[in-house]
Amino acid sequence: MLGFQPDDEQQLIRDTVAEFAREQLRPLAREADESGMFPTSVAQQAWELGLVQSTIPEAYGGVGAESSAVTGSLICEELAWGDLSLALHILSPQLVTYPVITLGTHEQKAQILSDYVGPHFTAGTAAVMEPRFGFDLNELATTAEQHDGEFVLNGTKCFVPLAAEAAYLLVYARGDSGITVFLLPQDTPGLSTGEREKNMGLKAVATYELSLDNCRVPASSQLQGDIQPVLNRSRVALSAMAVGVARAAYEYAREYAKERKAFGTAIAQKQAIAFMLAEMAMEIDAARLLVWEAAWKIDTGADATREACLAKNYAASMVLKVTDNAVQILGGHGYIRDHPVELWLRNGRGFATFEGLAMI
Amino acid sequence: MIDFSLSPAVEKNRDMIHAVADGTMRPISREYDEREHEKPTEWLNMMWAASKNMISFGDSKQKKETNGKAQTGERRPSERTVRSAVLVEELSWGDVGLYLSIPHPGLGGAAVAAAGTPEQKERFLSRFRDGEPKWGAMAITEPGCGSDSAALTTTAVQDGDQWVLNGTKIFCTSGLMAAEKSEGFVVVWATVDKSAGRAGIKAFVVDHHTPGMTVAKVEDKMGIRASDTAMLVFEDCRIPLDNILGKAEVKQSTTGFKGVMATFDATRPLVAASALGVARAAVDYVRETFAVEGITVRYTTPPTKLTTLERDFMDMEANLQAARLLTWRAAWMLDQGIQNNLEASMAKAKAGSMVTQVTQKAVELLGPLGYSRKTLLEKWMRDAKISDIYEGTQQINLLIIARRILGYSSQELN
Repeated sequence: MLGFQPDDEQQLIRDTVAEFAREQLRPLAREADESGMFPTSVAQQAWELGLVQSTIPEAYGGVGAESSAVTGSLICEELAWGDLSLALHILSPQLVTYPVITLGTHEQKAQILSDYVGPHFTAGTAAVMEPRFGFDLNELATTAEQHDGEFVLNGTKCFVPLAAEAAYLLVYARGDSGITVFLLPQDTPGLSTGEREKNMGLKAVATYELSLDNCRVPASSQLQGDIQPVLNRSRVALSAMAVGVARAAYEYAREYAKERKAFGTAIAQKQAIAFMLAEMAMEIDAARLLVWEAAWKIDTGADATREACLAKNYAASMVLKVTDNAVQILGGHGYIRDHPVELWLRNGRGFATFEGLAMI
Repeated sequence: MIDFSLSPAVEKNRDMIHAVADGTMRPISREYDEREHEKPTEWLNMMWAASKNMISFGDSKQKKETNGKAQTGERRPSERTVRSAVLVEELSWGDVGLYLSIPHPGLGGAAVAAAGTPEQKERFLSRFRDGEPKWGAMAITEPGCGSDSAALTTTAVQDGDQWVLNGTKIFCTSGLMAAEKSEGFVVVWATVDKSAGRAGIKAFVVDHHTPGMTVAKVEDKMGIRASDTAMLVFEDCRIPLDNILGKAEVKQSTTGFKGVMATFDATRPLVAASALGVARAAVDYVRETFAVEGITVRYTTPPTKLTTLERDFMDMEANLQAARLLTWRAAWMLDQGIQNNLEASMAKAKAGSMVTQVTQKAVELLGPLGYSRKTLLEKWMRDAKISDIYEGTQQINLLIIARRILGYSSQELN
């Protein structure tokens, strides 16, 4: 039966993560963007919240909590509200753990998950995107060819977060029948991490180009089964993050507009500004509900590909419009790096591009 | 709980009403678009007999808000408004003009239910339980004021044991049926004291065929032609003293203007739901055409590789669903007894602009087939536009949203 309120447990998680985002992430956001560095102490604090370990089954050393996409979308929104780069950093281990929990064999789980239940933050990553025009997940240029019980991977990847420090990398390639995914340890021969990328946004999370040059991996490193549900989870996670970034920008612009005076009144008292804010609020809610619905459908076990894709497209254009409006409402001040709205616009621009960059 | 499933009872209801919409509304849809000012009497009688209890917000009991939480009671939370929203979507999918013309207490009934005494509810609403088909209507708008309803000029003056109404009302949905063609009633907004502004505005129930109330004109419209939109003129129209909704004292503003304005929190989600139905009709039609033409929508393909048709269609689908979820949320909140003024306006603003854009885009995508009156698509585009206007224009709803999110009064943001 219809319901629009998180349950008590979800609300508790949401409040905890929101507090962490407010106290730990937001104050760091600007400095992290300028320096390109994320203090390891904060990654460690985030690790201690247990968001990653909680979903790992008890048999593999985790807590074994049920992994809900709805709860995940609440977490993603709050973390991204704090800062998108830092949120992606904090949740990067899930890029490996979630697919392994979902699709992995017992051996794969035993081997890989044990690295992610220790006391210290352990990065993971997914190599999905490729540096070329018209990038399409359905037509990856990275190939996986089978030879003598092994796979040979060739191709170039980009936008691989924390590739240099990840214990494991999940590599997406084109196999005989569509997308196929492999788990590569950091030291796999033929796998090389390029220089750190320089991007318009997400400057605080280190991303890399990755090359796979006749990279030979055993068949046991291949994840079996349909990857589509995993991708849908990622779409929902990214969309929820887009909602978080948009909400951050909207709230900031709203408070600014109430303070800033022009022609004798607060600019928020003028319909031109007030209507922008009203539409921002409405569109954020609309996107959030689409995200929740897609997440809910995932949790029911049904195929949510259509819903996840629609939610992602909607959230990606929404966040761009909202963050752009936020800069506009601050006017010249919005363009100055003293205020955070330009950072949110730069980060928000990425959502139309990102694929498989977040998992929850 | 975050849950997007409808209860089995609502789903069953929806399927039943869908069959009614498909089987009885669609076949006469074009006919009563072209034969404006004529009524599908047989169909109206059937709807009166079959479904007069189906969409009953007229007798809904609105719970009082308690700290933003639902009242804890032994009964399960109501799903009355959610159910109404789902059914209104189905009926509007069938034909929104016909849906609006169904014999029903309407907005007038909603006002009586929201602001009337138990005696008034019995006197005016019980008639909808049996007998001949009846209509209720609400008369707010005047030639000189629309959204600014506080500026209305119709007067109500007490004379002995009667109120005397004078003024002109326009755009009154089902006004003809309520005032002259059935034993219905019209709720008329009038001022008892112009100098008091909003506080002086009260709502009065004028029974059918009351001398002094005349239907001066029935409008010719762009769409929703099966529904009559009347101009009502009140000339020394005398009604009983106890036909006022709420208190007559000017000071008690909460029971007057604000009380009746609160009606909109309940009706806006349903107007939004109606917009969903029209939009879905258009989206379904485009989807069926795509199927015939062998066009598939590739949801997982990146936007850079999609055709314009696919991109447009995915936009239409997403916007329709976004509006639907905002609408369901506003309806659900009402059922839970949670203040929904902000959310009701969000639903209405989004659904109104969505249906306008979606139907216009559908006509564009279908080209000459969409523009032709051989199919219903062009009609849906004409029908759609009113959703962006009545029950508060998109702009008025944005203004309400803005005041809510900014914490401004109507004086601070106007």
